[in-house]
Amino acid sequence: MSELNGANDKQLHILTVLVENKAGVLARVSGLFARRGFNIHSLAVAPTDDEALSRITIVVDVASAPLEQIIKQLDKLINVVDIGELHPTDAIERELMVITVEKGPAAHDVVDAALAFNGFALDFDEEHITFSFSGAPERLDECEAMMRQYGITDIQRTGRVALRRLVPDAVSAQ
Amino acid sequence: MKLTGAQALIKSLELCDVEVVFGLPGGAILPVYDPIIESPIRHVLVRHEQGAGHAAQGYAQVTGKPGVVIVTSGPAATNIVTPLCDAFIDSVPLVAITGQVALSNIGTDAFQECDTVGITRSVTKHNELITDPADIPRLVREAFYIATTGRPGPVLLDLPKDISNMEMEWDDSIEAGWHDPISLPGYVPTTEPAADDIAAAVELIRAAERPVIYAGGGLLKAHAADALAELVELTGIHVVTTLMARGVFPDDHEKCLGMPGMHGNYTAITAFQQTDLLIGLGARFDDRVTGNPEFFAPDAKVIHVDIDAAEHGKVRKPEVAILGDAKRAVVLITEALRASGLGDIDRTPWNSTISGWQEQFPLKYDQSESGFPLKPQFVLEQLRDNSPRDTIVVAGVGQHQMWASQFWHFNHPYTWVNSGGLGTMGFAVPAAVGAKVGQPDTTVWAVDGDGCFQMTGQELITASTENIPVKICILNNAYLGMVRQWQELFYEERYSEVYLSPDVPDYVKWAESMGCVGIRVDKAEEVQAAVEMANSINDRPVVIDFRVDEFEKVYPMVPAGGSNDVVILGPEGDAEAAKSGVAPS
Repeated sequence: MSELNGANDKQLHILTVLVENKAGVLARVSGLFARRGFNIHSLAVAPTDDEALSRITIVVDVASAPLEQIIKQLDKLINVVDIGELHPTDAIERELMVITVEKGPAAHDVVDAALAFNGFALDFDEEHITFSFSGAPERLDECEAMMRQYGITDIQRTGRVALRRLVPDAVSAQ
Repeated sequence: MKLTGAQALIKSLELCDVEVVFGLPGGAILPVYDPIIESPIRHVLVRHEQGAGHAAQGYAQVTGKPGVVIVTSGPAATNIVTPLCDAFIDSVPLVAITGQVALSNIGTDAFQECDTVGITRSVTKHNELITDPADIPRLVREAFYIATTGRPGPVLLDLPKDISNMEMEWDDSIEAGWHDPISLPGYVPTTEPAADDIAAAVELIRAAERPVIYAGGGLLKAHAADALAELVELTGIHVVTTLMARGVFPDDHEKCLGMPGMHGNYTAITAFQQTDLLIGLGARFDDRVTGNPEFFAPDAKVIHVDIDAAEHGKVRKPEVAILGDAKRAVVLITEALRASGLGDIDRTPWNSTISGWQEQFPLKYDQSESGFPLKPQFVLEQLRDNSPRDTIVVAGVGQHQMWASQFWHFNHPYTWVNSGGLGTMGFAVPAAVGAKVGQPDTTVWAVDGDGCFQMTGQELITASTENIPVKICILNNAYLGMVRQWQELFYEERYSEVYLSPDVPDYVKWAESMGCVGIRVDKAEEVQAAVEMANSINDRPVVIDFRVDEFEKVYPMVPAGGSNDVVILGPEGDAEAAKSGVAPS
């Protein structure tokens, strides 16, 4: 079982929360988590194809509170329209990582490593190179570990977004 | 027709059948105070905004209607945070309107600007910043709908001054559609219980040998007193009424066991510990009821009726969770039991066990023959026996609150108002003012402590000037009594910052200076005459300063965080309480 920033995979559940696209809704959701002592592992928010609605993808750490209680409290927010729970095995998950590493004496080693993870070079100077990677979060964990040996100068990950698998039993293609 | 935002607000409140608002004007809310002059809505001018909030709570709790508060921005908005939080935790329907600086000034640290929506987000059921005067009628309707449906609670609308001044088009369709159903995509309360949950509950009830009803404040919110009485009439199951539910089932009824929890009746506490079926109706397994939940009702299966799904399993996982309106659930359970029969379990042994406890462990205190020192419990018994049976009792928070709940006989719903969940000292006087406004023909007694009274006593000026003749019984023991009790029991009598003074302030002079009648009583034989005199005065508020025994403690007592199997019945159990070794919280 891979470790994600110290949290065990089994404790992490994905909530896809459909909310009204109004000012302050994200604050209501994050405020609720703070108020009730629920831990957020990651959070991503963006509009949907319906302009009245946004989707918040929250990865929650259920070690902090029972998932059922988290969902029920979220559901009490007036601006929360729908809550879907995705068990990691039922979810297609993707995350974006932008990372700046040191080129070192053999720049092509870094570039080869990045290509192995389908990375794109976005920017560079004499000593550094910036890549972007997208993929399953676990794959990005591996990528991040690989890049660490070259020396990470800066890193930003988006947190995961997820949708339900069309075929729930499909073997992971990640 | 064209209306300003402020006019649209007042008109919307009128259309929501608001009869009275509690408030205090100021800069950002000034435009709203102009159309109030012409409105049939009564405005009660409080002396501190916190008083407006608690008054609205008192009004709401005795009428079942939402209480309405109007205050200005900044410090006025922060002053109602306590009542909003209090209303939220006790599920009291409120609609609060706060003024706000002009939309264009928001974020500039303008005069009397604060982030009201941000500050009150976690203490309201919902709140909104109004950004367009055309939205006002819809947002007001939605606010009342949200506040009063599902699990009731406070809703706040923050109204910037420029929005109040701007014009909007009030066309006929607004009023024509006022009572149309409201549709909010994220808010659809479930009121009708599921049939199979009812059936499962009925099976458990039929099979139970030692069932007890755990009646909570949700029953009052659901107007379920009559339905509960029918269920008890049919089944003969005893009823324990929580602090929030006092009065939902008559104390004089033989099946009523009174209050559970930290200062509950021995029989109520112990019935919970020994029951095999706890029937929770609109109750939330509060820590003051359960003690350490690990040891609470250890043998019980649990039926939990609640309109808030998040209460199911929050503290205790129920065997049967019934989501919906408490009255509807009680009616359906009663109907189903009537149809199926009550089962053939003989509950005579359980009933006689309960009677045995009641006989052996009644509430007790000792009023000495000499009449001095005066015992607070004696005062409350005299107050109870010399006041009308339907008197509304409003309490602050502390020892006096517990004694009032214990020693009053609540025989009517909506006659007990207190701050249960938040434990807000100073609640009583302003809440009593609101209760009296809501039920002007009923006697309203606030039972207060001297510490509490000093926090909000100035609202008696509101009461005097607005002709709201409430009566205040101060149980003056010159201490922050409940804290002193804990320091005595759990901190080896090391008293830290709990002594007030019996004489400063002089409560009689203070009362008189606020336009009230002030009376002082320090002997037992004077109590009845003073109460009778107070009850005969109806043209102004009355304050009685009862000088009571400063060392009297509240019993029974379950030390905080402990098991409800350990009930300290009186001073003889103090040593045991102290060595229970449980860190108080």
